[in-house]
Amino acid sequence: MTFASVSAVTVMLLVVGAFLMLILNINHFADELEADVEIRVFVDREAEASDQDDLGDDISSLTAVEAVDYIPREEGLDTFIDGMGDEAEYFENLREENPLNDVFVVQASEPQQTEQVAEEIDRMDMVDNTEYGQQVFEQLFAATDFVRVVGLILILGLLFTAVFLIANTIKLTIIARKKEIQIMKLVGATNAFIRWPFFIEGLLLGVLGSLLPIVLLTYGYQRFYDAVSGAAQLEFFTFLPPESLLWQTALLLVSVGAVVGVWGSLMSVRKFLKT
Amino acid sequence: MIQMHDVWKMYPNGVSAVNGISIHIKQGEFVYIVGASGAGKSTFIKMIYREEQPTQGDIMVGNWNLATMKESQIPLLRRSIGVVFQDFKLLPSMTVFENIAFAMEVLEAGKSTIRRSVMDVLDIVRLKNKARFLPHELSGGEQQRVSIARAIVNNPSVVICDEPTGNLDPETSWEIMHLLEEINDRGTTILMATHNKDIVNTMRKRVIAIDNGRISRDDVRGGYRYES
Ligand SMILES: Nc1ncnc2c1ncn2[C@@H]1O[C@H](COP(=O)(O)OP(=O)(O)OP(=O)(O)O)[C@@H](O)[C@H]1O
Ligand SMILES: [Mg+2]
Repeated sequence: MTFASVSAVTVMLLVVGAFLMLILNINHFADELEADVEIRVFVDREAEASDQDDLGDDISSLTAVEAVDYIPREEGLDTFIDGMGDEAEYFENLREENPLNDVFVVQASEPQQTEQVAEEIDRMDMVDNTEYGQQVFEQLFAATDFVRVVGLILILGLLFTAVFLIANTIKLTIIARKKEIQIMKLVGATNAFIRWPFFIEGLLLGVLGSLLPIVLLTYGYQRFYDAVSGAAQLEFFTFLPPESLLWQTALLLVSVGAVVGVWGSLMSVRKFLKT
Repeated sequence: MIQMHDVWKMYPNGVSAVNGISIHIKQGEFVYIVGASGAGKSTFIKMIYREEQPTQGDIMVGNWNLATMKESQIPLLRRSIGVVFQDFKLLPSMTVFENIAFAMEVLEAGKSTIRRSVMDVLDIVRLKNKARFLPHELSGGEQQRVSIARAIVNNPSVVICDEPTGNLDPETSWEIMHLLEEINDRGTTILMATHNKDIVNTMRKRVIAIDNGRISRDDVRGGYRYES
């Protein structure tokens, strides 16, 4: 029974820890991506300087817009050619007939507003086209929500199982010590005094159950991180470095373990202390 | 010290164990509770230390009104009452010393206070030389003396005994009775439910006879007879 309840805590915390790492990493991706979620507004090549000014003003006046940056096509080309490094010289002749548009780089106040802002700008005069990382973004939000919901349901289910098993383990100890408790009450022990050892037992079971998950997840994540950072990482999917993640996770797991243990113990002691 | 006014007790299963009892027991009294099996003696006793609550009526113990006291005050009430049972209720894994000390530890008394008090009561029950024994190494009479020592170690104003000699031979029973009388002489109220005719008739004290949950007789120096 003791083994069963400790392993229930272990399994529960393994899942909690794994999901926590997943969610923290997804949030991290989202943060990184957020900087990338800018709308590029390609200005019609026919537009006069005054049209461009008007367009710039119109965009800035949208309430959901945080920042607007103007990149004239010459500057865009410079950046492009510089970015080519060694091969830059092959592109030098583009300067004779610059194929690029002037561009407004627009940042929405909230990432979620990006789509709506892009649509509004698209309807304005002198706009050739708008572009933003639409799909990646929508998928990411959907994935985050999905992981959160599944994780939450799974964790809640396991949490109650663990609490229940701990409560049962402690009930056995209580039954074994029933006579002792009865005598304690007869000689005037307070409920708090009687509860104390069971409180400690629950706490120990919970904390004991958190040790293995912490070791496994720490080791596992370290290995995983080393593997992916050794290989070339995907362009914007960088993972959180272990140091920043593992302390949080370990702390959370110990606390959740302790709470579950104490909760289970209080649950089973409560019934026995009613006179 | 102990007062009851028109106290009734019906158990959840419908058994009516106490049917309108009123009594007054003064500090320092020695009282026998007699009556046939099932008459309601144990129920009467349990209501005094609030193991059971009356369905109706008022009980005062010392300054406690048991009807209005808070759940959290029950431990305080119990500390002013020592209890002794037929089956001793000692913890088998603890020595004599530890069994008695246990009753003081729950009050969170200091180590040296505990040591002193335990040795004092072991002296009273004449078991100082067996402090390190385990209960199963003692005779029935000795075990009962340990449980009496535990009952008085916190200096309660009343000691309640439910058939304390029920498991003991006549000679040992008398040892226990002399011990209880000694404790009573120090001013502690003693309340004792018993079936022991000899004792009640020889060591004459106040006798309250209970019949069918009612007091059928209350004599200052009565005999064992409880039939009405
Ligand atoms: N916990 C309980 N639940 C239900 N009925 C009970 C309970 N305890 C006692 N009774 C009933 O109450 C009545 C009085 O019982 P009680 O134990 O007070 O008698 P008693 O006088 O102590 O008897 P004895 O001399 O055999 O110890 C009995 O009919 C008994 O069956
Ligand atoms: Mg009885």
